[in-house]
Amino acid sequence: MKQQHDVKRYPGLGIISTVFFIYLYAPLGIVVLYSFNANRITSVWTEFSFKWYGSALNNSALMSALKTSLTVAAIATVMATTIALLAALSIIRGKNVRYRKLSETMVNLPLLLPEIVLAVATLILFSLIGLQNGMVKLVIAHSAFCTPFAFLPIRARLQGMPLDFEEAATDLYASRWTVFRRVTLPLIFPGLFSGAMLAFLISMDDFITSNMLSSGGTTTLPVYIFSLIRAGTSPELNAIATMLIVASLVLATVALTVAARGQRTDAT
Amino acid sequence: MSEATAHHTDTPQRRRQINLPYVGLAPAWLLMIFALIIPILIIIAVSFAVRGAYGGFDWGFDLSGYRQILFNEGWTGEMEFTPQYLIIILRTILLATVTTVLCLILAVPVAYWIAGQPGHRKSVLVFLVTLPFWMSMILRVYAWMIILGKDGPLLRFFEFFGAPSGMTLMYNDGATLAAMVYTYIPLMVLPVFASIEKLDGTLIEAAHDLYGNRWTTLRRVILPLTAPGIASGVILVFVPAFGAVLEPTLMGGGKQMMMGSLIQLQFGGGRNWPFGAAIAMILMMFVMLVLIGLALRSARNEGES
Repeated sequence: MKQQHDVKRYPGLGIISTVFFIYLYAPLGIVVLYSFNANRITSVWTEFSFKWYGSALNNSALMSALKTSLTVAAIATVMATTIALLAALSIIRGKNVRYRKLSETMVNLPLLLPEIVLAVATLILFSLIGLQNGMVKLVIAHSAFCTPFAFLPIRARLQGMPLDFEEAATDLYASRWTVFRRVTLPLIFPGLFSGAMLAFLISMDDFITSNMLSSGGTTTLPVYIFSLIRAGTSPELNAIATMLIVASLVLATVALTVAARGQRTDAT
Repeated sequence: MSEATAHHTDTPQRRRQINLPYVGLAPAWLLMIFALIIPILIIIAVSFAVRGAYGGFDWGFDLSGYRQILFNEGWTGEMEFTPQYLIIILRTILLATVTTVLCLILAVPVAYWIAGQPGHRKSVLVFLVTLPFWMSMILRVYAWMIILGKDGPLLRFFEFFGAPSGMTLMYNDGATLAAMVYTYIPLMVLPVFASIEKLDGTLIEAAHDLYGNRWTTLRRVILPLTAPGIASGVILVFVPAFGAVLEPTLMGGGKQMMMGSLIQLQFGGGRNWPFGAAIAMILMMFVMLVLIGLALRSARNEGES
């Protein structure tokens, strides 16, 4: 008889998956590798050098784009997370709420539409009401499409949480605000944190809407990178890309560790 | 039933909270009405508006935005059928569909394999699938510009094996497709994985005991049971792929446009807002049709089981 085999196992999947992970990471690896090339022509290797990192860090247009992106992302994250938290608390914990389903669809609406449609739609709206301030335009648009990304993890967290602790606190004469601050908030923190991280990430990464709404002075990082790419690949661009890849790596590790810790505390 | 249990804590003290939910929901409704509903109503109106002399638009009722999709006004005023925009629409449907299918074909075996790994290794692998999603989208497209670009590693590789020196891998639908599959694949792997992980292994054993071979088991047991994950993966990939802007703009160049990049062009350099709005409307309706179709399908499947 042949060796006993597991019927749930399909042969060859390991190979496919290995190829998949190489496919996923090789392109990023190539960008990182090229960023250390001293040659002006990206893909012709001459020698190892950090010089493009220096020139990237001294690039004032890049730094100003980074500042715009961070400002917009920070404000949009706070707005989106607050709005999403309030909405999630009302939808999951609120009593006798009518239009629960409709409200949920409303919050998630940006997910159901291709971003380009929303981007041109907001562009027309802002031009009709004569809103000129680039920063305000970006913050409003970003808050809107970041809200569902903040909402989903918070809702998931609230839904999976029994009411027991909150009820116990109420029975011990805690005021509603105290219950929220001392019981509910710490319990939903992992969801709140990953929601905020996602919102921040989505805002930082956005190109389509920012490109539509940006005007002189409010160029965001992806829009600036786009203009660099349009001007032709340059080693400085590779250095910028590598720094961003490392930054995302750190951010993702922190975010996913917090999320994993949240899951572990649930299990106990 | 769940309503009844939700009410059992309704003490007088709690009843004072009744209006609070509406206050909590108000900011979300206000933001979405202002930043979403009103703009979409406006874009519908603009798609029927008149093209402004210097860009923008003038209010009015005119079908020229939609007519321009199929016809071009000749210089003597006659209407001439021009398929160029129809080709863009068809290319969009094709590329978005192929992207979704390729992502699915790749995601199912990978997700299945990850789900079969021991605990710690599994979470590391899921983390590795998630990670590229945290990296900037534009940088992931840029990476493919380098790989496929002139002097890029892939072209060097082909030249080494005797490819003609004038060969180019960029600015065609294949290049756009490569970048699209690459950027959207994590969105397919994750929901499919979540679905496969919940799968009851005994059902696979049962199928095997009933003389189902691996292929039959996959087709009749595993895939139907992971349908919810597949459906959300399809939505997560298809919707952004259908409205893709970056990939066709950077990888396809100016010639190989998709609806997303065409819309962007009309609101940017093209300065024909009613036409851009009309394309946006068609894009939106197409996505809505697909979403409704998937929702109906899953509703019917739930009804059967």
